[in-house]
Amino acid sequence: MQLKPYARTLAIALSLAFVAGCSSTGGGQDGDLTGGAGGSDRGGVSTGSADGRGVSGDRDGRDGQRADADGRIPETRTIYFEYDSDTIRSEFEPVLTAHARFLQNNPNASVVLQGHTDERGTREYNLALGERRAGAVERYLNVQGVSPSQVEVVSYGEERPAARGQNEQAYAQNRRVVFAY
Amino acid sequence: MNILKTTWLAAMLMLVTSLAQAADLTIEITRGSDRATPIAIVPFADGDDMPQDIAQIVSDDLERSGYFEPLERRAMFERPASSEEVRYGDWRALDVRYLVAGRISREGDQYRIQYELMDVSGESRMLAESVTTGRQGLRDAAHYISDQIFEEITDIRGAFSTRIAYVTSSGVGDDTQYALHVADADGRNSQQILSSDEPIMSPAWSPDGGKLAYVSFETERPAIYIQDLASGRRVRATSFEGLNSAPSWSPDGRRLAMALSKDGQPEIYVMDIGSRDVRRVTNNSSIDTEPAWAPDGRSLLFTSDRSGGPQIYRLDLGSGEEERLTFTGNYNARARFAPDGEAIFLIHRGNNGYQVARQDLESGRLVALSDMGQAESPSVAPNGTMVIFATQQGGNGVLGGVSADGRATFRLPAAQGDVREPAWSPFLN
Repeated sequence: MQLKPYARTLAIALSLAFVAGCSSTGGGQDGDLTGGAGGSDRGGVSTGSADGRGVSGDRDGRDGQRADADGRIPETRTIYFEYDSDTIRSEFEPVLTAHARFLQNNPNASVVLQGHTDERGTREYNLALGERRAGAVERYLNVQGVSPSQVEVVSYGEERPAARGQNEQAYAQNRRVVFAY
Repeated sequence: MNILKTTWLAAMLMLVTSLAQAADLTIEITRGSDRATPIAIVPFADGDDMPQDIAQIVSDDLERSGYFEPLERRAMFERPASSEEVRYGDWRALDVRYLVAGRISREGDQYRIQYELMDVSGESRMLAESVTTGRQGLRDAAHYISDQIFEEITDIRGAFSTRIAYVTSSGVGDDTQYALHVADADGRNSQQILSSDEPIMSPAWSPDGGKLAYVSFETERPAIYIQDLASGRRVRATSFEGLNSAPSWSPDGRRLAMALSKDGQPEIYVMDIGSRDVRRVTNNSSIDTEPAWAPDGRSLLFTSDRSGGPQIYRLDLGSGEEERLTFTGNYNARARFAPDGEAIFLIHRGNNGYQVARQDLESGRLVALSDMGQAESPSVAPNGTMVIFATQQGGNGVLGGVSADGRATFRLPAAQGDVREPAWSPFLN
C-alpha cells in the first residue's frame, strides 16, 4: 500500500503552503520560595495556536508557481531511506529525475527539501542526520543541473514523524526526504 | 452583554487552568534503591485542612533521590508532632535511622511550618527550623525542607527546589502542537512558556536559572532563541542558513556553544552572547553536534561521527586539542558533565537499546544506568545525584529519572501527549 504516504505528502505540502507557523510565549513566572502569594495566575499561559490559523495561503508566495504553464509538480514528493543511510535508493532515482526536470523547466520554482529520521537515537544528532539525507538529495539535483538557488534544505530530524509507533514499519515511513514546494 | 463577557472570560480561564494542569507530571517511583537509608516522615500536625500534604511531598522528594526509603504511613503507630513527643525506642524497633516530625499553624493567610529532624539511634535532634509561607508557596516550602534534611544527613546540597524545562507534543501529523514548559523538579506547578505548531527542541538553562535557550522551527527554519523566564521576552540569537541547534550555556553565562551547518556539515561554534560573534571550534568533514560545557568552562564535550558512528569527544578550548572519550559500543551521544567534572552522562546503545550511561573519566569505565527503553536527552541535577531523561512508556514519551548510581528509578508521565527533552535547572536560590 504505497498510497498512504503519497496522500500524506500531499497533505503536508498543502498544509505547509496554507498554514502559517505560529508561536506564543507565556508571561512571568515565579520560582522563589515565598513567591506566588495570592497570584492565582501563576503561568500567564497562552494558547497561541488559534490566532495563526487565519493567516492565509500566499504568505511567501509559494502558491504562485502552481499555475505555471510548463509543467506540474511531480506527484511523488517523498522518498525513503534505509536505516542509518543517506544513500538514494535506485527505485527513487526516477522521482528525483522528475523533480530535477520540473525545477529546470520552472526556474522560478523553488523547493524545500525536508530531511527526516526515525526516532531512534538522540534528537540533535538525528537533526544532523536528517540534514545529511536532504543534502544527498540536494547534491543529486545539483548534479542533474538544478540551480542551487532553487533548492533549500531544512532538517526536522525526528521531530515530525509521518507515522507513530516503535516498529520497523513506522521507522521506515519516517526515514524520508519530502519535497515541499 | 456583560454577562456574556463574564461567561466567556470564565470559560477562557478554565481553559487556561485545565491546560496548565494537564501539563503537570506525576511522579511514579519505579524502583527504590536497595542501599537507601530508612527514614520516617511523620504526617505534620496541621489542625486545619491543608491544601498540600507537606510531609508527603518531603517523603516523595527523599524517596525519589534514591538516598532514602521512607517508612509507610500505615506502619507508624504513633505520630509525634515534635521532638519532645518522640519515643525513640519505638522507632528503633521499626529500623528507622532518622525521623522527621512537624506541625503547621495558620496565621492569617500565612502558614507556619515547624519541623525537626531526629537521629533515632543517637536519640538526638539534628535540625529544627520554622518556615512561613503563603498558600501558593506551600509546595516550595516542602521542597525547601527536603533540601535541608537531605543536606543535613548526606552532606550533599539538596536539589529539590530546582525546576525542569521540557517539551511536549500532542496531536498527530500536521496538527501536532508543540510546547515548552517549566515545572518544579517533581513535575508539578508546570507553566507553558511557549507553544507552536512547529517543533521546539533543546531547552537549555542559563547558569543563573533566569533564561532558557532553545531551538524553535516557528519560521519553518530552525533558529536559536533566548527567552527570559520572568518577563517572557525573548530574542532570536541565531538564524543562520542550515542547522541552528543544540545550544549550551557556558558556566559564566556569557557564551553559547551550538551546532551550526552554515559552512557545510554541522560543526561546533561558540557565540559571544553580548556581541553575537560566532567562532567555529571544530573542523572536519563529519557531523559534530551536541556540545556541553565542562563545569570549569575550559572544555566542551561533543558528539561526532568522524570514526563512523557517533562517539563523545572532548575539545580543550585553550589548545584546540580534541580527545575521543568513549570506546564502549558503537553509539554514544549527547553527553553531559557531572557537576564535579569527574564523570559524564550520555546515551549509550547497548544490548537493551538506547540507555542512559555514566562514564567515569579517570578510569574510562562506562556503566549503563537505566533499564527503560529508548532513552534520550539526559540532564543532570545540579547536585549530581540524579539524571532525568526522556523515555517511552506504552507508546508515549515520558520522562524518566535515575539516581547517579543507577539504583533508584522513577517516571514522570504526563496525563496526555508526549513529554521529552527534560533540562534540569541550576540551583535557584
